[in-house]
Amino acid sequence: MLRRTTTISDIDAPARLAELLDHHDYLADEGVTTAAYLALKMGRPLFLEGEAGVGKTELAKTLAAILGAPLIRLQCHEGLDAAQAMYDWDFPRQLLHLKAAEAAGAADVAALEGEIYDRRFLVARPLLRALETQPSVLLVDEIDRADDEFEAFLLEVLSDFTISVPEIGTIRAVTPPVVVLTSNRTREVHDALKRRCLYHWLEHPGFDREVAILRRRLPGCAERLAADVARAAGRMRAAGLLKPPGIAETLDWAEALLTLGAAELDPVLAAATLGAVLKHREDQEAVRAQRLLTPDGGRG
Amino acid sequence: MADARPRPPAGRDTPGPGGVTDARETAAGDAMRIARVVTGFARALRAAGVAADHHRTGNFLAALGHLDAADGRNVYWAGRLTLCAGPGDLPGYDRCFAAYFSGGLPPQRRARGTTVTVTRPVAVPYGAGEREGTGEPGAPPATASDIEVLRHRDVARMSEAERREVHRLLALLRGARQPRRSRRHRPSPHGGAADPRRTIREILRHGGEPARLRRRVREDRPRRVVMLVDVSGSMAAYAGTLLRFAHALVRAEPRATEVFSAGTRLTRITAALRRRDPGLAMDECFAAIPDWSGGTRLGEELRALLRLPDPRGAIVVIASDGWERGPADLLGAQMARLSRLARRVVWVNPHKGDPAYRPLTAGIRAALPYVTDFVAGHSLAAYEELAALLAGDRPVRAARKGGAGA
Repeated sequence: MLRRTTTISDIDAPARLAELLDHHDYLADEGVTTAAYLALKMGRPLFLEGEAGVGKTELAKTLAAILGAPLIRLQCHEGLDAAQAMYDWDFPRQLLHLKAAEAAGAADVAALEGEIYDRRFLVARPLLRALETQPSVLLVDEIDRADDEFEAFLLEVLSDFTISVPEIGTIRAVTPPVVVLTSNRTREVHDALKRRCLYHWLEHPGFDREVAILRRRLPGCAERLAADVARAAGRMRAAGLLKPPGIAETLDWAEALLTLGAAELDPVLAAATLGAVLKHREDQEAVRAQRLLTPDGGRG
Repeated sequence: MADARPRPPAGRDTPGPGGVTDARETAAGDAMRIARVVTGFARALRAAGVAADHHRTGNFLAALGHLDAADGRNVYWAGRLTLCAGPGDLPGYDRCFAAYFSGGLPPQRRARGTTVTVTRPVAVPYGAGEREGTGEPGAPPATASDIEVLRHRDVARMSEAERREVHRLLALLRGARQPRRSRRHRPSPHGGAADPRRTIREILRHGGEPARLRRRVREDRPRRVVMLVDVSGSMAAYAGTLLRFAHALVRAEPRATEVFSAGTRLTRITAALRRRDPGLAMDECFAAIPDWSGGTRLGEELRALLRLPDPRGAIVVIASDGWERGPADLLGAQMARLSRLARRVVWVNPHKGDPAYRPLTAGIRAALPYVTDFVAGHSLAAYEELAALLAGDRPVRAARKGGAGA
């Protein structure tokens, strides 16, 4: 019954959405569930901020899976422009068409011009594709990496879910896509954009949730190993490292340990697999120096 | 995944006040009551410094229309999702919510980075005792030669009137910025790489005949400056003037400047400095900085700064005397990392203006090996030099070795 495509109108309460997220192996807390529920119901973009690896992108993927909708992803970077994000004309095909028309002896210039700027010569980039695909989930990833110019035209698109192409006219979404924006907060995103959105700050999962996530995602992972890994990850996050591990790193680490056949976090294996969870030499040294990998967490 | 069945448009509620209408239909009195409670709550939030404007209040009402508003937790989340704009808003929101609705509150978030006030002896700026003798609180110097004298005087030894004059001149400072190549292109009539898109457009416009080759070049953008102003006790005599200097930088390039105050914790004060009027900007800064005249934990703060990854490709200016409260090796390690990320690290030390100054404190000794430019910041002339450095007018000064002993 859960397998059939769910539509937004089927999701009638946050509890129902929590069930669906859980079914797709995304263990969400109350905040995330309510945020996603309101985003779906109000047709508002969901603006997710939080440290790297707390599951921002994963939420968009899961929502797409729940709705049976394609996930359309736009990875932001500096210099991202309209031709890469919204639409572009397919110039080679336009030229070919022009030459073919010439060869066939077409004489009507006005008609030919109309043909060249036809929808079929328009290449849809992620934003236009999201407006034209129904249903769809649009993920605008790491918006903080784009520059102000891009923010300005994103604001225009997200305000009324239309894109105007001068040669064709305005393209409007029949049903607005579900939009998720993520930011790692390397810079402050403009308030005008945030105001259009529902804002949610994601935290690292607590111990119990992390154990549950590890066991859910890695079926072979025993309770003992999951608890050890989650405890060590919690200590690492509290140790003020350059890059505290996110849930993605803990999953990698647990998987690495599983592959080596570990049933619990033993210091030797932990040291050998540290590269799966900490990607900075300074962090690895700090963890070794504070003896965070020993079973008692350096307290004894 | 490929299932793209069209859904009936009615399956989705329209954004806007649609959610409120439902409530209004059932009981107009109820809706009025809720609206009054919500606007009152938003007003309380604004007083607490959360940017809950009218647009956001409308969103809050709409969100409540979709949830069971009798459940306090739903009200909490609907408000937090619509009224807050950043992690900095969350503690204020939690406090306000608890006070306003009292009860049904999710567990208190742990406070991030508690303020620790550290007392320590305050370094008296050299020659501070002469202040009574030289600076009469009279009219500010007006003639060009007076300004020339003022230009090289130490800010800490000035009278109120003189300092006001220096602040006035600082506001007039040219805040030009060294350019950097951006990833954006702009059309260029003379030279540059070929611009395929515009060239083909041109060809289409001419009915498929090869036309003139269009060209484009990379656009120049101002290079970002991230400035850290030490507002601890030992810097008290200079912090006000340094903030004025920061204000001039922000005003010149609001989009390419970030300013943080550093004491016992890192505070982003860029927004306060965006105010046009220097006086108002300063008032807002003083209100925003929680650890005025406390101690310094530069190492911790640099670590916080690096967590933001803000300094990539930027010129980082650290204005501090290097009286580090935290461990010096932490400061050294963070400086090493900073020097790898930033384009350039400029250390401004007001005491360097004194010819007798030697960089001997543990903090500055740990930091200096990673500093590109070590400059003074005690007088108007020194600030002008610093501005010229940021504008890219001057090549790198050989200051790396400045007695670092490492």
